[in-house]
Amino acid sequence: MTEPVDPPLLSARGLVRAFGALQVLRGVDLEVRAGELLAVAGSNGAGKTTLLRLLAGLMRPSSGEVRIRGRQLTRDEPGPRRAIGLLSHHTFLYDDLTPAENLHFTAKLYGLPDAAAATRTALEEVGLAARANTPVRHLSRGLLQRAAIARALLHQPDILLLDEPFTGLDAPSADRFRALLASQLARGRALVLVSHHLAEAWELATHVAVLSGGRWALEGPRPSDLNAFHARYAELVHG
Amino acid sequence: MTPELLAARRIIRRGQVITLLGLLAAAGVYVIALRYTPVEVRQGLAQKIFYVHAPAAWGALVAFAVVGLVSILYLWLQDERLDLFAASSAEVGIAFSLVMLTTGPIWGKTVWGTWWTWDARLTLTLFLFFLFVGYLALRAAVQDHGERARFSAVVGIMGLVLVPFIHLSVYLFRTLHPQPVLLKPSAPSMPPEMLRALLSGMAAFTMLYIGFVVLRYGLARLDNLREGAGDAV
Amino acid sequence: MVEFLRLAFAIAGKDIRLELRSRTALLSAIVFSALVLVVFNFARDPTALAAVDLAPSVLWVTFAFGAVIALNRAFYVERENAALDGILLAPVPRSALYVGKLLANLAFVGVVETVALPLFVLFFNVSLGHALPGILGVTALATIGFVAVGTIFSAMVVRTRFAELMLPVLLLPFMVPPLVGAVQVTAKLLAGRPLSEMMGWLRLLTLYDIGFVTLCILVFPAVVDE
Repeated sequence: MTEPVDPPLLSARGLVRAFGALQVLRGVDLEVRAGELLAVAGSNGAGKTTLLRLLAGLMRPSSGEVRIRGRQLTRDEPGPRRAIGLLSHHTFLYDDLTPAENLHFTAKLYGLPDAAAATRTALEEVGLAARANTPVRHLSRGLLQRAAIARALLHQPDILLLDEPFTGLDAPSADRFRALLASQLARGRALVLVSHHLAEAWELATHVAVLSGGRWALEGPRPSDLNAFHARYAELVHG
Repeated sequence: MTPELLAARRIIRRGQVITLLGLLAAAGVYVIALRYTPVEVRQGLAQKIFYVHAPAAWGALVAFAVVGLVSILYLWLQDERLDLFAASSAEVGIAFSLVMLTTGPIWGKTVWGTWWTWDARLTLTLFLFFLFVGYLALRAAVQDHGERARFSAVVGIMGLVLVPFIHLSVYLFRTLHPQPVLLKPSAPSMPPEMLRALLSGMAAFTMLYIGFVVLRYGLARLDNLREGAGDAV
Repeated sequence: MVEFLRLAFAIAGKDIRLELRSRTALLSAIVFSALVLVVFNFARDPTALAAVDLAPSVLWVTFAFGAVIALNRAFYVERENAALDGILLAPVPRSALYVGKLLANLAFVGVVETVALPLFVLFFNVSLGHALPGILGVTALATIGFVAVGTIFSAMVVRTRFAELMLPVLLLPFMVPPLVGAVQVTAKLLAGRPLSEMMGWLRLLTLYDIGFVTLCILVFPAVVDE
């Protein structure tokens, strides 16, 4: 007798995305379960950002499907989006509003029962409580990043998608960020992290995959030897 | 030679054939109009411009309806080729509207002394012209093909819905401000030779429309291939 | 339904708060409308035409141009930091986003009209008196129509290269039926004509509003979803 297996938090099958005649993704499958972190690497233009946008539901695949807990992600059903959080180069914040106002608005978008409380908690967690009422326009880069993180995590998404999150972070901030990711994993979240520099998230990753020419050139559990991996990666992508 | 390339070339050839037939038909209509129709008593020779003017208006209207309907199909089926077809129809449509809008005033000035009147047909075709301009301008301003197709489809559908409102506005306007009775050959009371010439003109222009659109569509498919090949280097 | 309205109001509220914070678009639209009225005053020959004959057209051309200026801002604010993506990520039905933007735009254009109308009365010495309720009513009716279409077009043109030019080019043909209707009804109201004479136009305006708001809600997802 087989035990019923829970569907993975995030899965994708046969993802294809073409822009006119240009095929950016040519058939990508993936599965990420609770507590797993999939690190995705690949050269520029390999389709990493496109992949994230498809997983986030911001873009529709030319063919193939994305499933959240087994339920297909479609345009018409907003529900499954509740489980997704995206941290990208763009902060999605309004420059003329304060972090508090931005988060309050986001809380309303996600239908959170107590927007004010959720906002307060999120600001405290990232250490922005002191500058909560300064317009975003006047925040330093570091504080801006914290505001963006607060916004991405506000609705407690089960799936977190991260696009080059270590860009521009100094060493202490990167450490803090890694700790944050670790705590998210401990809470049973599923993470997909796209990065040029796998070393940044190597320890945290449970799985690694390399995107090349719109397909996986390599995918599987994260090996223990980073240097060997780098050698293989260089071969795959530049060889 | 890829199947796509073969298909595009086949479409272009078909378009060329239909256009040629259409041009011959149009030339035939030209001859009929000049030699075999009676000269209208009050308007004189200038009335014969009508045989180009009315079919051109008809062509513009057909082109516009096609843009609107194909736009709906595109949003439903998401096939890029439908977008290319709608765009081709728009380009042909704008040409036909220009023909109508230039022959109209020429006729009007010669026969009634005014360059322009706000009658239903001229007004509607003027609006079609502006809508075509907007549609094509928007296409020129958007880089991404997918975005361009979606935006064009939305404008096409909205334009289609606008037309009945333009009609209604003109109708309400005219009942409030009755215009001087215009001397136009109205269809029912036309002598049979005129009617024949008019209908032949409509048929010829319809064939021309089809020919031009198919030709333009084939070229668009070819362009698309070329652009795709450039990207995939 | 309740959820839908809640989201629409949240989005509209955010837009209004943003505009109150920066005020740039609103002020430009108001100043522009005032200037248009001034130009009209100097452009006409006071001996040739009575003010009351020209009044409805002047008023509505002013409203129309002011609206186009105000509409440009609608989706411009969503460009900074890809804020629009932030909204599209969330479980927000696209129609709620459209209605939210529509409500915010109605508020802005409403403010422009509220400022332009008294200025118009002042500059042109037109007495509205008994016609005021009717004029307010027809203004609301016509404004809904062209703001509905303007909202969806502004969503499109904001991504193009010549946005400020593209919006009028696309929008003006669509503004004609509500404008013509509004001018006709305004003229009749000022002349004290009975309601029966305006029914045709009022029906046109209502039909236009219902038709285009519905259509825009239906096609809006195609504009924002990739």
